[in-house]
Amino acid sequence: MSWITKTFSSSIGRKFIMAVTGLFLCSFLVVHLLINLQMLRHDGGASFNFWAEFMGTNPVIRAMEVVLMLGLLAHIYQGLALAVKNKKARGGQAYVVNHSEQNSQWASRNMALLGTLLLIFLIVHLMNFWIRSRFDAMGGLAEVRVPNLDHPVGDLYSVAAASFKIPWYVALYALSQIALGYHLWHGFRSGFQTLGLNHRKYTPAIYLTGYGFSVIVSALFAIIPLVMFFSEAYQPRPATGNTVEQSLTTEPALR
Amino acid sequence: MAGSNPNAKPMNLTLKVWRQRNRNTEGRIVDYQVKDISPDMSFLEMLDVLNEDLLRQGEEPVAFDHDCREGICGSCNLFINGRAHGPEAGTTTCQLHMRKFSDGDTITIEPWRSAAFPVNKDLSVDRSAFDRIIQAGGYISINTGGTPDANEIPIPKDIADRAFEAATCIACGACVASCKNSSAMLFVSAKVSQLALLPQGHVERKTRVENMVAQMDKEGFGACSNIGSCAAECPVGISLENIAIMNREYINAKATSNNLA
Ligand code: HEM
Ligand code: SF4
Ligand code: FES
Repeated sequence: MSWITKTFSSSIGRKFIMAVTGLFLCSFLVVHLLINLQMLRHDGGASFNFWAEFMGTNPVIRAMEVVLMLGLLAHIYQGLALAVKNKKARGGQAYVVNHSEQNSQWASRNMALLGTLLLIFLIVHLMNFWIRSRFDAMGGLAEVRVPNLDHPVGDLYSVAAASFKIPWYVALYALSQIALGYHLWHGFRSGFQTLGLNHRKYTPAIYLTGYGFSVIVSALFAIIPLVMFFSEAYQPRPATGNTVEQSLTTEPALR
Repeated sequence: MAGSNPNAKPMNLTLKVWRQRNRNTEGRIVDYQVKDISPDMSFLEMLDVLNEDLLRQGEEPVAFDHDCREGICGSCNLFINGRAHGPEAGTTTCQLHMRKFSDGDTITIEPWRSAAFPVNKDLSVDRSAFDRIIQAGGYISINTGGTPDANEIPIPKDIADRAFEAATCIACGACVASCKNSSAMLFVSAKVSQLALLPQGHVERKTRVENMVAQMDKEGFGACSNIGSCAAECPVGISLENIAIMNREYINAKATSNNLA
């Protein structure tokens, strides 16, 4: 083995991969959330569709999308591999009595469980949205016009608005955010610690930022499908199969 | 007796003790009753009482490790009621007193659990994996020559203090025992950061962390998830900061050491 493969197959090297990919995923979540929040504007999805189009066509973003997917796969593979390795290290005989709740947080001890819940959610989520918007699979997207663009764009908004009228789907989305919140509650600060970024001056702030980040991000992600489910203001456009002129209720604040 | 409480009533306790003949046999929990335990006894003295009872009855006494009985050797390792070294923070089992328990309590006593710490017998486990990790680099190899003058090597007080804090690790293994991943990172990082902080440790700084981590992995300890049970259960309060220091040391060593293998 070369020193490189040795480094990244060591326990610290593997954790390093987890932390880099995990924190990268956190930064992606912020972008994703900001775009999702566009759906809550009362503009028939114009802003959301605009940004969805931007994310789907901008070459820099498309390149980052490849990095993101590889990072996600590395995070999932490494996370599950570490969970198996760590379970083996624990040994065959479990403690008869173990009060780990007295020495650590539940979220910290259940990262693999929380990650697996996230994985299940991600599979459903990517099938419905990402695959449909990128590969024309599952019927692809209808096309709509949005202001300030001379070409029609995919109507991803209608997919979301239609999906978020289905109760089990809304429940899945909202509940999954609990798993995300707990995963990040531990994951955010843990990522910094793994990278060696622990300093008595800054670590308390990193902890607080992580707790705030996890609660705010997961709560906002969860609110979007709930609002779209309960409000009449968010309706999918009826499928005509053709380009539909977008009827605007407000001037989009874009560009 | 100094410090004893004249009103303290003797206690009767039920013990659930892990009994296991040797490494190759299955173990199981066996119930025992102990009577008239003074609250001033240490936990180990309470086990001595149990063992005397067992000997009187012609039964095999319970094997458990102990040596100094004053909190410095790190051998009195018991998992008591689901906690490494019992319910009291910052104490080894030998420094844990029976006044932490009440008359009529049931106390479950198990050995450290970890694939890397096989059970020798009953409550005694083999922690030689720790020795092999230290042998892989937890030392300074210099010819000491004559005694150097005091203060010949200037070390700022705050660095000396931090190195000393890390040096107080007694290698008990409570960190491994309480870790969900059975990770030895707190133990290894205490030695790595102690020696990385001091000028004497700088000669072997990079090979030390590379070799100690390699040995730690080879012994089958898990990877750290930053859960923090280790630091919470550590009897001497080794902090998680040491693990971050070791992670930095390791990545830096891997990126810049001359070691290509
Ligand atoms: C948006 C999705 C996700 C984000 C933002 C995220 C973020 C993070 C972060 C920041 C960490 C801390 C890394 C460290 O301690 O160094 C982490 C750890 C972890 N993640 Fe994720 N994660 C995500 C999805 C997943 C998924 C789908 C899995 C699938 C199995 C997963 C499994 C794990 C595991 C097992 C750990 C703990 C690793 C360890 O400490 O040993 N994560 N995650
Ligand atoms: S770090 Fe603490 S718990 Fe771990 S071996 Fe050292 S003294 Fe024991
Ligand atoms: S017997 Fe030495 S530390 Fe407890």
